Amino acid sequence: MNSNYYISSFCSIKNNTISLNGSMVYSNENMEFLEFIKAAYKSLDTNYPKFFKMDGLSKLAILAAHVLFKNENINQDKDNDIAVVFSNKSSSIDTDRKHQKSIENKDDYYPSPAIFVYTLPNICIGEISIKYKLFSENSFFIFENFSAQHLLDYANSLLSAGKTEKVLCGWVELDGNQYEAYLYLVTKIGTILHSKENIIKFYNT
Amino acid sequence: METLKQELKENIIEQLNLEDIAIEDINDDDILFGDGLGLDSIDGLELIVMLDKNYGIKLTDPKKGRAIFESIKVMAKYISENRTK
Amino acid sequence: MKNGNKKLDSRMTEVYLSYNNIVSSLGFDSETVVSNIHNEISGLQLIDDKEMFFKSFCSSIINQKELNNSFTSIAVEGNFTRLEMMMITSLNRVIQDTKIPLTKNVGLIISTTKGNIDILDKNSKFLEERAYLGSLGKVIKDFFKFKNDAIVVSNACVSGVLAVTIAKRYITQGIYDNVFVVSGDIVTEFILSGFNSFQALSSEPCKPYSKNRTGINIGEVAASVLVTKNDTNLAKEAVAILGDGSCNDANHISGPSRTGEGLVRSVKLAQKEANISFDNIDYISAHGTGTPFNDEMEAIAINRLGLQNVPINSLKGYFGHTLGASGLLETIVGMHSLYNNTLYSSLGFEEIGVSQPINVITKTITKKLNIFLKTASGFGGSNMAVIFKKINMTSK
Repeated sequence: MNSNYYISSFCSIKNNTISLNGSMVYSNENMEFLEFIKAAYKSLDTNYPKFFKMDGLSKLAILAAHVLFKNENINQDKDNDIAVVFSNKSSSIDTDRKHQKSIENKDDYYPSPAIFVYTLPNICIGEISIKYKLFSENSFFIFENFSAQHLLDYANSLLSAGKTEKVLCGWVELDGNQYEAYLYLVTKIGTILHSKENIIKFYNT
Repeated sequence: METLKQELKENIIEQLNLEDIAIEDINDDDILFGDGLGLDSIDGLELIVMLDKNYGIKLTDPKKGRAIFESIKVMAKYISENRTK
Repeated sequence: MKNGNKKLDSRMTEVYLSYNNIVSSLGFDSETVVSNIHNEISGLQLIDDKEMFFKSFCSSIINQKELNNSFTSIAVEGNFTRLEMMMITSLNRVIQDTKIPLTKNVGLIISTTKGNIDILDKNSKFLEERAYLGSLGKVIKDFFKFKNDAIVVSNACVSGVLAVTIAKRYITQGIYDNVFVVSGDIVTEFILSGFNSFQALSSEPCKPYSKNRTGINIGEVAASVLVTKNDTNLAKEAVAILGDGSCNDANHISGPSRTGEGLVRSVKLAQKEANISFDNIDYISAHGTGTPFNDEMEAIAINRLGLQNVPINSLKGYFGHTLGASGLLETIVGMHSLYNNTLYSSLGFEEIGVSQPINVITKTITKKLNIFLKTASGFGGSNMAVIFKKINMTSK
């Protein structure tokens, strides 16, 4: 099923490289994920100190959103009617393990609220919503693998029901040192058709 | 007391991930929450855990925490009077 | 197909919530649970189990023996986690009631915040991969032999009610005719220790909207419902989804907005789609966790919307906060509330303790009911509002 909606831009973060619409904007090899994402934050002129307080998944998501929204000239000072539909395989398991570790030893039992709050995958959507004033619908789905069909159907349903003007969709996955982010913005006007083929093509770019 | 204040500044920066802030940036009388250092409610809860873990002080009322965490000076005074470790 | 036409189509497709089940400390089917609520019986009790948590806590916990008994009539226990047993027991009843064959037009949605999180405990007998939410989806799918993969939604405490609107979207898009939704979360040390670090756990039964409220209780349930476009063979307590809205606060990742902004916007969106006046809302099934900030936020939002005189309750006094299942659990109780023309008491409520007036239901009473509003809010700044209308006008 094709729609009359469009993909206006896409961003991916994988293999220590950040790309926007298929072109590299930052790369730094031979670094572990947390080191890499911090170096990228500093290099990309993000200027958002809250970044340092976030867990790995939120850091990954907010940096990808930063690159994409900068390109889209999204104004952070006014409301933006953009819904967010994210998905991944591992939910918040990376941070779940940290919280679990803090409660394993009864003699050293100091669970941290700043870690616990990130033991939900949708917190990264909350972080993006705060930064870009998105008072809009958000959903976080879990799939064993990237599901272009699901994201396509769901973004179409939000747009056709008049729930939102644009939809930020994607896959944000973090599990130990394995990570991958792929975000794209679906709009009502544009040139690149919002289709399963294009979603997959850009995912594999 | 000076050592304790210094230690608190170090711990706050580390525990609360205040990456952009150096020890010299925090004055003993600076307001920590709101417009001061910009700490929020989760930071407040994290400081309660820090009091427990480092100094053996158990706070159960977050509102009480806000008064104790007003500034480094107030915190240091409270800790030195109430610490059990 | 043009967008305009599609919009028209989606307005023409009515979507219903039909057969349903609740597996909880108050019973293993909706009727029993609702009858206990009618009699103001709470599932909450003080639990002192040092294996589970270092201090005593107040919770509603499903009896393991009863769960095992119920489960062995369906399958052999042993290969399933506690949460899977709860979810399978609940969903099995709904599938049996509906008699719908699980063809490729039938979807499965699972909502949970933490799934099998107890597997991360080093003493768990299950492999860590079972802790992944996708594994949970696969277990449920394979057990009932659904043709389609499970869609797992994990969106904090709005997950349960969000799952219902996701089902509706799949149906209006023409992808499925019927969708089974199952929600569940369990009480674990993981969750208790986390909310305790937030200073949010109350050591006594929670008191939503009361002056002396001191926080939440964590509880556990599994709840299931059939979402369908087929208006024949509906359950007697079936409701139609009139409208839904979900808006983020864009304010803070854990604290609710002081102005109730996201909730206000959510209710307005739902009302716009439902195309009804606020005067038509007979009852509000609210979130009411019993924390100082959540309850205050809801009271502010309700007053901004002019809904302060509509009877409102929180069901947390019966089950505690059941996380990713709470929204669906409370929606199901709301369905029965409409069918029974009964407003259920907001258990635990004492003296009003929010700054704006709201009309808390203090005693179970009968009243002609037609439409109710379900709201929920959660970490990540999420808010959700859905408006439901009774189908069976000849109810008791």
